[in-house]
Amino acid sequence: MSAPTVEEATSTGAPVTVRLRGIGKRFPGVIANDDINIDVRRGTIHAIVGENGAGKSTLMKILYGVQPPDSGTIEIEGTQVSLKSPADAIAAGVGMVFQHFMLADNLTVLENVVLGAEKLHGIGGAARAEIMRISDSYGLDVEPDRMVEELGVGARQRVEILKVLYRGARIVILDEPTAVLVPHEVDELFDNLRELKKEGLSVIFISHKLDEVLSVADEITVIRRGTTVKTVSPRDVTARQLAELMVGSELPSPSTETSTVTDVVLLSVKNLTLAGVDGRELLKDISFDIHKGEVLGIAGVEGNGQEELVESIMGMRHSSGEIRLDGRDLAHESTGERREAGIGYIPADRQRHGLLLDAPLWENRVLGHQGRPPSARGPLIDKRAARADTERIIAAYDVRTPGPDVLARALSGGNQQKLIVGREMSSEPIVLIASHPTRGVDVGAQAAIWGHIKDARRNGLAVLLISADLDELIGLSDRIEVILRGRMVGTFDPGDVTPEQLGSAMTGASL
Amino acid sequence: MTPRVTKLVLGLSAPILALLMAFLITSAVLAAAGDPVGEVWGQLLSVPETRNVGNIIDNATVLYLSGLAAAVGFRMNLFNIGVDGQYRIAAFVAAVVAGEAWLPGYLNTVLAVLCAMAVGAVWAGIAGVLRATRGVSEVISTIMLNAIATALVAYLLREAAVREAGSNVIATKTIPEDSRIPNITISDGPPVVDIYGFVVLAVLAGFLFWFVLNKTRFGFDLRATGRSTTAAVASGISVNKMTVAAMMLSGAVAGLVGLPILLGSSFSYGSTFQSGLGFAGIAIALLGRNNAVGIAVGALLFAYLNEQSNPLQILVGVSPDIVAITQGTIVLTVVISYEVVRRYGVRMEQQAVARALEQERDDERAEVKA
Repeated sequence: MSAPTVEEATSTGAPVTVRLRGIGKRFPGVIANDDINIDVRRGTIHAIVGENGAGKSTLMKILYGVQPPDSGTIEIEGTQVSLKSPADAIAAGVGMVFQHFMLADNLTVLENVVLGAEKLHGIGGAARAEIMRISDSYGLDVEPDRMVEELGVGARQRVEILKVLYRGARIVILDEPTAVLVPHEVDELFDNLRELKKEGLSVIFISHKLDEVLSVADEITVIRRGTTVKTVSPRDVTARQLAELMVGSELPSPSTETSTVTDVVLLSVKNLTLAGVDGRELLKDISFDIHKGEVLGIAGVEGNGQEELVESIMGMRHSSGEIRLDGRDLAHESTGERREAGIGYIPADRQRHGLLLDAPLWENRVLGHQGRPPSARGPLIDKRAARADTERIIAAYDVRTPGPDVLARALSGGNQQKLIVGREMSSEPIVLIASHPTRGVDVGAQAAIWGHIKDARRNGLAVLLISADLDELIGLSDRIEVILRGRMVGTFDPGDVTPEQLGSAMTGASL
Repeated sequence: MTPRVTKLVLGLSAPILALLMAFLITSAVLAAAGDPVGEVWGQLLSVPETRNVGNIIDNATVLYLSGLAAAVGFRMNLFNIGVDGQYRIAAFVAAVVAGEAWLPGYLNTVLAVLCAMAVGAVWAGIAGVLRATRGVSEVISTIMLNAIATALVAYLLREAAVREAGSNVIATKTIPEDSRIPNITISDGPPVVDIYGFVVLAVLAGFLFWFVLNKTRFGFDLRATGRSTTAAVASGISVNKMTVAAMMLSGAVAGLVGLPILLGSSFSYGSTFQSGLGFAGIAIALLGRNNAVGIAVGALLFAYLNEQSNPLQILVGVSPDIVAITQGTIVLTVVISYEVVRRYGVRMEQQAVARALEQERDDERAEVKA
């Protein structure tokens, strides 16, 4: 335990600005941090990579003072600090850019930047001058008088970075900054980060996208199951080696075997159009067929109509157009009737749409299946049968839990998701709608869920797969449709498309 | 401790903690006002006479039904503040129907009970429909419906009532004797002590409450909607329908609240008919955790405090209103202590899950390190 692995890679000679030693944090039921050791050097970009749930976010919350560590020490610029709140962290020169921006849309850039930091340079000319100085010296290209609501995602992110620098940060943490960006915005961000390090700032860059990490980072620390596995230089590793360090074993691949597509159409969508509250069309003329044994992947930057499409098919939104399930018109069927007709539904947000967090697992097994055996017998809930079937799912889908009476809240994300997959695959559905099925789950659960989707396909289900993970889409789908601003803008064969090609179609670049 | 025992201990610790806190706060109020703390508690906590026990059970029966009505809404995260108006308008209609005696004997009673439930359901259903179709908060609409119910009943009472000779009291026609629900004698005395026969129906209502909510599909849908509207929608539950149904069910139970009094002691609805029972029900439902047995305990506790406080003025010179403070404090402390205990319970459960998975993780970690 005592030998820190960080000494292995001391490529640059720059002094250490952040030194983490033996950081530990335990949460009940969740993977926490254990014996984390990291040295971040001045004027470098230090990437921290790891699978979802490996403990990256916990670590960053500790470094930003959101949560105190249970053990270990944090040194900043050679002084041991105790960060009890984000205010402490900011005072120590640590700033954080969150994945979800914390900006007020109806304020200008300047107002957003000074908000809460009015004491530094006031809210007038001095503040403006300081913002321009920062913007110019790091090439952030920020316009202080623009309303934030007019800005694109990339520009908003630059405002967030500027906010952090304005407050005097010398160490900037970016949590999955590229998750919301399209490829050319990613390049711009990386240029900004290189400016920062040139000026002697340190950047801590959290990601699980290995190609990005390899292109921008000076040092890479791999975290697995809450602990630091190794710190490497990007010159010395390949993406594959890095991936194997992250996963700890051979990399699971989503690629499917031979085609099982038949010519039987199970889900047919024609001219589906959905109007938003403001009259703007959220979905416009969407048409596709999914055949028995086929996986149709939907690629798109988040917020381009994927959720609306899924909710329209599920009957949770009232759309126009035609939806047929195995030939049966679903126009007048409720969500419950559509489920009973044979649609399994893995929602994108499992905690909001898929689970009753404060109910036991067996009640969660009943959810969405209230009207059918084994959950119900006539108007009564069949607790005994539902519990027994929950036990079956726990065993067959490897849900790690002491039993079916545990509250869903007590399970980790991956186990919650496996329970949902198991539930939706029961009662013999003919169509499976899987929305981001592996988001936020650990790598073991991810491989298992991929396996279940492949099984579903092999067993003749029609699968609609929505995912932000392009590798997952390419690996699992028989056909990929790209959605952009509520329209289908292109069909791709996963056999000969690269993530880059999909990426540019998703942003409309190639059209 | 086995999980079942742990659960029981946790479940009991919350109300006990709450009662203890309420006891301390009430004592502090008494002490601050310079009242004899010891003597007040001496009276409140003395063993009630059989005569008082009868009163406590009668009062608890009424409060129990009121608590059940509120609890139906609470289970779905609906705040039916309108139990008060619902039971008064329902009791009035039941009194008119039973007083007219269109049907003979107990058929008349059954008709009156059904009318009361229907009227309560419709009155509460107004708030349900407004919520489902227009998004009007049921808290606001039921409060306003309470005011309307008060005015409406006062108006209709003048229309329908008969004035007793030589009295200012007006009331509906007296219910014929063969349609009254006979009392149950619990002590042959002297003095002879009776309780409402309706207590049997209240127990039955409690059983049905438990059965419908915990054992049926409808109850599952209702509870699921209360826990997460979004998950309920995704699972195929029509939340709008459930909102109307839950409000109507709550109102139907509320319709029963005034009936023990109507059919067991007053036999008519007059301007002096007991009011305010609906609000006590909200407090009792909270105290009883919306659970059929818990509500019974809460109703008995409130009825006990009410009964024991009656002689306070005479015996120790303290206003019986002090128990209103105690009851109010109990509601507050109960809400807080349930939340504290709930969080503790969730944490314990997560730890149990973590422990169960620890071994496995340790093994994997050993591999990782190696």
